[in-house]
Amino acid sequence: MHKLFWGGVLALALAGCEASREQVVIHGRDAVPERLSDWHIVEVIDGELSLNAGVTPYDLNTQLFTDYAHKLRTVWMPAGSSARYAEEAFDYPVGTVLSKTFYYPKAGGGGVLRTADYSADFSRSGLDLDNVRLVETRLLVKREDGWQALPYVWNAEQTQATLEIAGDAIPMQLVDGEGGSNAFTYVVPDANQCAGCHADNHTNKAIRPLGPRARHLNKEYPHKLGSYAEGAQNQLLHWQQIGYLSELPELAAIPRNASYSDTGFPLEERARAYLDINCGHCHNPAGPADTSGLMLHRAEQDQRRLGLCKPPVAAGTGSGNRRFAVVPGHPEESILSFRVESTDPGAMMPELGRSLVHEEGVALLREWIAGMPGDCL
Amino acid sequence: MKTAAYIGVALAAVLTVACSRDADTSKTEESQPSASADFQKQLLKQLISAQPGDVIEIPAGRFQLNRSLSLNVDGVTIRGAGMSESVLSFKDQIQGAEGLLVNASDFTIEDLAIEDTIGDALKVNEGENIIIRNVRVEWTNGPSTDNGAYGIYPVQTKNTLVEGTVAIGASDAGIYVGQSRNVIVRNNRAEYNVAGIEIENTIGADVYGNVATNNTGGILVFNMPNLPQPGHSTRVYNNRVFKNNTDNFGHEGTPVAAVPAGSGVVINSNDLVEIFDNEISDNDTANIIVSSYYTSGFYSDKSTQDDFDPYPESIYIYGNQFSGGGKSPDHLELKALKLAKFGLGGSLPDILWDGVVNPEKLVDGELPEKLRVCVDNGEAGIVNVDAANDFKNISTDITPHSCSLKKLPQIVLDFDSPAGEGDEIAQAEAADA
Repeated sequence: MHKLFWGGVLALALAGCEASREQVVIHGRDAVPERLSDWHIVEVIDGELSLNAGVTPYDLNTQLFTDYAHKLRTVWMPAGSSARYAEEAFDYPVGTVLSKTFYYPKAGGGGVLRTADYSADFSRSGLDLDNVRLVETRLLVKREDGWQALPYVWNAEQTQATLEIAGDAIPMQLVDGEGGSNAFTYVVPDANQCAGCHADNHTNKAIRPLGPRARHLNKEYPHKLGSYAEGAQNQLLHWQQIGYLSELPELAAIPRNASYSDTGFPLEERARAYLDINCGHCHNPAGPADTSGLMLHRAEQDQRRLGLCKPPVAAGTGSGNRRFAVVPGHPEESILSFRVESTDPGAMMPELGRSLVHEEGVALLREWIAGMPGDCL
Repeated sequence: MKTAAYIGVALAAVLTVACSRDADTSKTEESQPSASADFQKQLLKQLISAQPGDVIEIPAGRFQLNRSLSLNVDGVTIRGAGMSESVLSFKDQIQGAEGLLVNASDFTIEDLAIEDTIGDALKVNEGENIIIRNVRVEWTNGPSTDNGAYGIYPVQTKNTLVEGTVAIGASDAGIYVGQSRNVIVRNNRAEYNVAGIEIENTIGADVYGNVATNNTGGILVFNMPNLPQPGHSTRVYNNRVFKNNTDNFGHEGTPVAAVPAGSGVVINSNDLVEIFDNEISDNDTANIIVSSYYTSGFYSDKSTQDDFDPYPESIYIYGNQFSGGGKSPDHLELKALKLAKFGLGGSLPDILWDGVVNPEKLVDGELPEKLRVCVDNGEAGIVNVDAANDFKNISTDITPHSCSLKKLPQIVLDFDSPAGEGDEIAQAEAADA
């Protein structure tokens, strides 16, 4: 499975070699085009969503859960510019365009498929539109005065994505491999809600990229063009090599989050990586959820701030009639479990970006809490 | 410079006509879904594209929304045609933890209603110079655990005015000001919430001219642990706090779920609180409760940061008019206490104190005067239930409380007009609603 996946991405990376294509265009903050294609970052060409030259795909160790959507992430920077490394957040150059395309493998009967397998997503040089359904593409564009978030929603014909700053709500049917089927509403956040997650410093309200940071990017990924046998390369080294990243320290000195699903990593690291990417953008000392006193970002070390025996402050319905965020040994008594298992918009966490329960993530957090020693009373 | 940003005029006209009778028949008539969908999209776009100085007008009418609204731009006003006229209903909300979430300063919202949100109705998370005026937040099916948690919910704000609002049915607090600084909450009406008005971890709040009735607890001044800012210095005065006897319908685990039904004014773990010149009556547990975090129902050593101060200190109660109250306390131990000490037909005194004090601050076995619960309130009595010793030495001796404290300064907001005509209008509107 991994082999096929890498093969697909490898092919994808070759897409930029087509000669006739227009170059990436950086439209001004106040002159944002209605059509995604006008950016020439990702475009539908010959039944594929293909990437332009210099538009580089990347992946994260553990990604944020969005209703089992598959995601294709890309980075592009103006010629001659590069991001400057920093452990917490890179300093990206003005003109950087990050894209994230949310899509699903198609299931029969108009449904979409729940699968962790990406291998059928790609054709010769892009996402294979015979096999996948595009939903939305979000752009983050670095301006002189900060990042701009732009949600584009794909049409039913899969020919064009249109700017929808008010977001959208799309009824969908999720089909799993065992014949189960689940109706849900895929909600495209509005442009303000983008900031709900991406302004991880709630005081200055600046939008920042969340995924493309050192600890999330620090993994092997098959960017390198050439023979498959040469295989994958560390993403950070690759970014450095193509001129997208400067001042990179030794790899050994760079933090690295676990893949939440890779049981080769210790349980604790997997759970913390999952909390970091799914919760830490709000639950950090400068984030919008600091009002709760619950901190779930990677750097937090204090057990109570991490939820251990911590009573809720303003959880309301989200308390689930439970008394503490995390009760060691007892996920079924922990508010944290309740909230990630809920789909009630008034109780669930994260508040945005999902209508479904992430069963694998929930199972991981339950296992983590179940393994904790001690009690609260 | 202000520019008025109107919602599409034609759309507004259609909706106004369609909904003109909704003020009285709101539960039976719904506006056309497609019209509301257009309205929602327009409103979302206006909020997203807002510029400082914009006034976003909500026309008269009842509008169904199914997604959370948010505003991230400073200096914006959202204005309706009145809290009975312009109604944003979130009855079928599918997304978002709030009705309206504001992350911005210099924000004013006035003259509209937010109904039936799935989570909080109006949350303002960080910001300065916040005015929430003549806004009604309501869960229309009455008190229910299924209702959203907070009605009006400014948190981590500075310079905040909440006035002339109406909050009904919140499963936590109708009006909740948390972790804020320099706050005025005046001339509001809070009914059928678990907590009517709650001031929590806030420094400097004046709470006056409000009506709190039919809540589980009328007006609460709390401090919670594990938060960056402990609160102090709140004045609660000239309020009417009566018949807050609604059964507690809060979610277990939330702090307010431990508040006994029949609580008038409750101070928990907070310092420097003045309660004066209020009319407080017919609250069945007690007209005033002063308690420490230890008796809040969820204390454990493991749940509390080390430097948290759980003791309510420097509490000054004077000049209130008490009547009724204390006749039928909630919570078993209080029922038993009342029966044993005051008899079947008797009642608890107006002030109920858990009697828990910080042993490290005792001087010759007593708290220094400046840290005490001081009562200068005519005939009003106090009962010290001695919660720290399992109710062993229950006392109604007023002598240790015959003291006075230095009065707290008035809260002043730079943008606030001097008290006068405007207040009377707001008060009249609040009473009418």
